[in-house]
Amino acid sequence: MQIATPGPLRVVSGHLVVFRRLWRLNLLSSFVQPMLYLLGLGVGVGALVDRNAGSTATLGGVSYVAFVAPGLMATTAMAVCAAESMWPVMGGLKWRRDYHGIAATPLDATDIVLGHMIWMAMRAGITGAAVATALAFVDDTRSWGLVPAVIVAMAVGIAFAMPIMAYSVGAEMDGGFPAIQRFVIIPLFLFGGAFYPLSQLPEAVQWFARAFPLWHGVVVARGFTTGDTDWAGVAGHLAYVLLWAAVGTVVSIRRLAGRLYP
Amino acid sequence: MPEPLIVARGLKKRFDEFEAVKGIDVEVQPGEVFGFLGPNGAGKSSTMRMIACVSPASEGTLRLFGMDPAVDGAKIRARIGVVPQLDTLDTELSVQENLWIYGRYFDLSRAECRRRATELLEFAQLTDRADSVVEHLSGGMKRRLSIARSLINEPELLLLDEPTTGLDPQARHVLWERLYRLKQQGVTQVLTTHYMDEAEQLCDRLVVMDQGLIVAEGSPRELIDRYSTREVLELRFGAGTNDQFGPQVAGIGDRFEVLPDRVLVYADDGEAALAEAHHRGLRPESALVRRSSLEDVFLLLTGRSLAD
Ligand SMILES: Nc1ncnc2c1ncn2[C@@H]1O[C@H](COP(=O)(O)OP(=O)(O)O)[C@@H](O)[C@H]1O
Ligand SMILES: [Mg+2]
Repeated sequence: MQIATPGPLRVVSGHLVVFRRLWRLNLLSSFVQPMLYLLGLGVGVGALVDRNAGSTATLGGVSYVAFVAPGLMATTAMAVCAAESMWPVMGGLKWRRDYHGIAATPLDATDIVLGHMIWMAMRAGITGAAVATALAFVDDTRSWGLVPAVIVAMAVGIAFAMPIMAYSVGAEMDGGFPAIQRFVIIPLFLFGGAFYPLSQLPEAVQWFARAFPLWHGVVVARGFTTGDTDWAGVAGHLAYVLLWAAVGTVVSIRRLAGRLYP
Repeated sequence: MPEPLIVARGLKKRFDEFEAVKGIDVEVQPGEVFGFLGPNGAGKSSTMRMIACVSPASEGTLRLFGMDPAVDGAKIRARIGVVPQLDTLDTELSVQENLWIYGRYFDLSRAECRRRATELLEFAQLTDRADSVVEHLSGGMKRRLSIARSLINEPELLLLDEPTTGLDPQARHVLWERLYRLKQQGVTQVLTTHYMDEAEQLCDRLVVMDQGLIVAEGSPRELIDRYSTREVLELRFGAGTNDQFGPQVAGIGDRFEVLPDRVLVYADDGEAALAEAHHRGLRPESALVRRSSLEDVFLLLTGRSLAD
């Protein structure tokens, strides 16, 4: 007997059809951007930082490029998944209305939400793997730790995707999206521990960064790539990251069901 | 008599305080084309969404294929095809990509999706537009694609919510012809419309819906015979004078109806009624005798015309 494909995976195969049209552009922009940062900051700023005697101790004894690289994998995952969970999700309900199309098939809100989660993990994984591949060519950043770092990036991706999806399926208008970008995503990009240790920042900003999943992911990914892994810490940080994803998923399912089946 | 495909008893739909569907009874038999005819806001779409298992009933019972949507929604949806009032096509994708994706949702293999897509494009007369992005299609083509897509799972029951609203007459006729073919293939259809000609053309049986209630039921012919006279005399007096001259036709034929732009006289012999009107000294700007239609049935039942 043939085993039915689980609903979320059917939704993913729909995403793949769309992605097949756009992947070159998508992959290019989500790959080129972190590489530009890596070159501009890692090499340029890195030359300054590494020359400064005290800094390598602050950075945990690694070069600046090696310090920044895992952070960029996590911030890229955050940025890609956050954007993909705003307008595209609201469009699925309100403009393209393809979520309503799916709801008329045997699939339901749970399949759509879980499908989105898997797809976002894949997107973060694809971008993360591309960046990791590039990093493998650089002596300072080449390590097997890049592999688990990609997985951490996937976790960070869904930790942002799912709560934002929950917002997007509940919101009436798209006016909140630029605010999320401006007041959460960009500040986290700058102050989330990707470019320098959190300890450099005022206490209040540190708490802001710690409250969101990005910094936790950055710390874990960096532990893997620099070969300095504290397993208890990894478990705690990852649990916090995945908690965001889980809460976002549960709320998304509840809200989407309410919108699709009034 | 075979098991009905759809049975609804005392079906209601409430949105907060507002009752959009106020308790309707419906039975649809296999192979039938069944229609909901009614003006905007009558509750047709609300009813269709309950039948499509995408909107829970507030009260009453509903069974499709003997199953309860509240329990077996996904199983029922696997066996029906839905053309919603607003298209839910992915406008950024090509025509055939839309069909493939939809087939995947029903867990058809990729090869099967392609095979059925080719067939359905033929059926929808869209083969030469297979690679066009949906955004660039005309309204009629989009609607045909919606219908093609709704057939990807080879449904036993097809639900069409206002399939031709907003299309030009040519596009409507093409669509009607396709729906007629489906009927010949034995696909049960339930459709809504506010066009009485569409209802007359397509439906074996229909209900007239108004303000959330069914006000009459039967075949188009039965409804006309039951509620209207054989013919109708339409008299147009000058603008603004219809309600002044209207009452003067009282007693001619069975009854009369004064509309803003004309006076309708219901009579089995329209010509005789016209002669009588002339005899009474009435001088309308124009006069026309025609057969009764569902429009007249609706007017009689609700006191309003469908176009309102
Ligand atoms: N989701 C909803 N929330 C609140 N009111 C609704 C909703 N959907 C429909 N209605 C109301 O229910 C009534 C019937 O609407 P509908 O079923 O769409 O009628 P029709 O399809 O016959 O035009 C309308 O007054 C409409 O405003
Ligand atoms: Mg409607």
